[in-house]
Amino acid sequence: MNASVARQLLGKLGGLLLTLFLSSIVIFSAVLLTPGDPVVALAGGVRPTPEMIEAIKAQHHLDQPIWVQYLYWIGGVLTGDLGTSFVYKTPVEELIAPRFGITLLLVLYTIGLIAVFGIGSGILAATRGRRTDRAVLVATSFGVALPTFVVAILLIWVFGRVLGWFPVYGAGDGFLDNLYHLTLPAISLSVLYIAYLSRITRGAVVGQLHSEHVDTARVRGIPRGRIFRRHVFLNASPQILAISGATVAGLFAASAIAEQAFGIGGLGSLLTEAAARKDLPVVQVISLLLVILFVVLNAAADVAIALIDPDSVKPRRNA
Amino acid sequence: MSVAQLAGGRVPTFARRLAVRDPLLIAAGIVMAGILVMALFGPLLAPYDPNQLYVGPVSGPPSLAHWMGTDDLGRDILSRVLVGAGPSVFAPVAVVLASSLLGALIAIASAWFGGWVDGVSSRLIEVIFAIPGLVLAVLAVSMFGKGLIAPIVALSIAYIPIVSRLVRASARRELAKPYIAALRIQGVGSFAICFRHLVPALLPAVLAQSTVGFGYAMLDLAAISFLGLGAQPPASDWGVMIAAGQPSLLVGAPEQSMFPAALVVVTVLAVNILGARVTTWAEGGDR
Repeated sequence: MNASVARQLLGKLGGLLLTLFLSSIVIFSAVLLTPGDPVVALAGGVRPTPEMIEAIKAQHHLDQPIWVQYLYWIGGVLTGDLGTSFVYKTPVEELIAPRFGITLLLVLYTIGLIAVFGIGSGILAATRGRRTDRAVLVATSFGVALPTFVVAILLIWVFGRVLGWFPVYGAGDGFLDNLYHLTLPAISLSVLYIAYLSRITRGAVVGQLHSEHVDTARVRGIPRGRIFRRHVFLNASPQILAISGATVAGLFAASAIAEQAFGIGGLGSLLTEAAARKDLPVVQVISLLLVILFVVLNAAADVAIALIDPDSVKPRRNA
Repeated sequence: MSVAQLAGGRVPTFARRLAVRDPLLIAAGIVMAGILVMALFGPLLAPYDPNQLYVGPVSGPPSLAHWMGTDDLGRDILSRVLVGAGPSVFAPVAVVLASSLLGALIAIASAWFGGWVDGVSSRLIEVIFAIPGLVLAVLAVSMFGKGLIAPIVALSIAYIPIVSRLVRASARRELAKPYIAALRIQGVGSFAICFRHLVPALLPAVLAQSTVGFGYAMLDLAAISFLGLGAQPPASDWGVMIAAGQPSLLVGAPEQSMFPAALVVVTVLAVNILGARVTTWAEGGDR
């Protein structure tokens, strides 16, 4: 990586940090826009006496100016003090910590499926002739219209009622049992993204196959496999990586749907439950976590793209 | 020759030619027309009261009296699907209209004024883009409570970046074309250039994006209702119906979930086909 590429990446990093800072303000201000008094929510059910109101305000810094409240909140988030749940009256970190692992496992499982089947079918469509191409096109056309909740109920019906090969409820105990239980949820989460990634991959690979540098490589007598790996796929990979940051960050949010359908106690079901019970501190922290993931993953994808293709970070004319 | 004869002679030929050349488009058009009729006239077409309990057997299979069967509370599924079509279709329409309008406005202002306006709005778009639509909707629900209104508003904001990035790029390309400079030299006012020339030139791209966006909005809103945060039972929004039918799947009565799920999938498929055609047409018009 040369100096100008590094400088471009640093500039992007600055932009990402600014985005992160601004979105944290958006998420924080949710509490200000919410109708009703947070003191009442924190008092929890009982009508607070004036002394209680003062005590709660002082404890949660609600007597301070808004920007000081923001600094307390963001400072807490950065140091691991994530606030107090309105509903459970317990620290938010105690609610999140035990549930994060199972969601992370589900998302990783899903990413694996998406990477293998999405990229795999895209490459097949681009390289194995017209008939395969048509078949993949038809399959992905259906795939992009199959949301998680529809695939989930199909799988629950087929496997829960008819076949019974995989469990349709809960997350199981122990790593292997977890994986076994998470198979159907991961499939339900991945179908739409497999179809989407397959199309992106096909487009990128076909674009490279028709380029002059590939013709040249062929004329030079380079073996087909090597041409594909070094000249076609490597050049197609930035386009595939470019959508991966947003996709993976979206998976952590979409995981809520699979967790709901299959009764998994993860971060997503916590988010859903907290939203249903108006437990704003929990929702805010999880939202911020998802935004941080989005920004970090996008930054990682940008760096990977820059390493593959340094031209990508040069200033674009139309950007 | 009468008008009817003229039309009778011409329209079928045109339709037949289109049907041969692009049968998928015709199929998608027919499906969309059917869905639209359901959404507009569903309550009139419903054979039963959608919320009336035990009009038939509990979790009954499809029959002559109940074409789609009955649900776990003995309600008629066809009637519920028909009445639920309205919110299931028009809520995403509202999202698409609002986000396209706002997104196009921001994008045109960005491209037109450039400078700090462009800088500020691009940063704003970047921030909105970093918060997934589902998360913004969930945040809105935890602020304003369950129901369709909060998710519609949240998704309208969340979808702005998709529209505005595309429109901003098209608007910049359009503004760089010589005819805009020619109009300026002729003394045509900025307002007229913007609304008589720039906006019409951008419409195909906005329309294409809106069509595709409708599919996403429908899936997101149905997912939110599926999670129990959107439309509330006993409303028969399709997402709510799918979630409510989940326990019946395991006792071998999939109708309650499957019919609304199939409708969601078929609608999104048809919209995607239309969207692809509109996009091709819009790109063709761009060159």
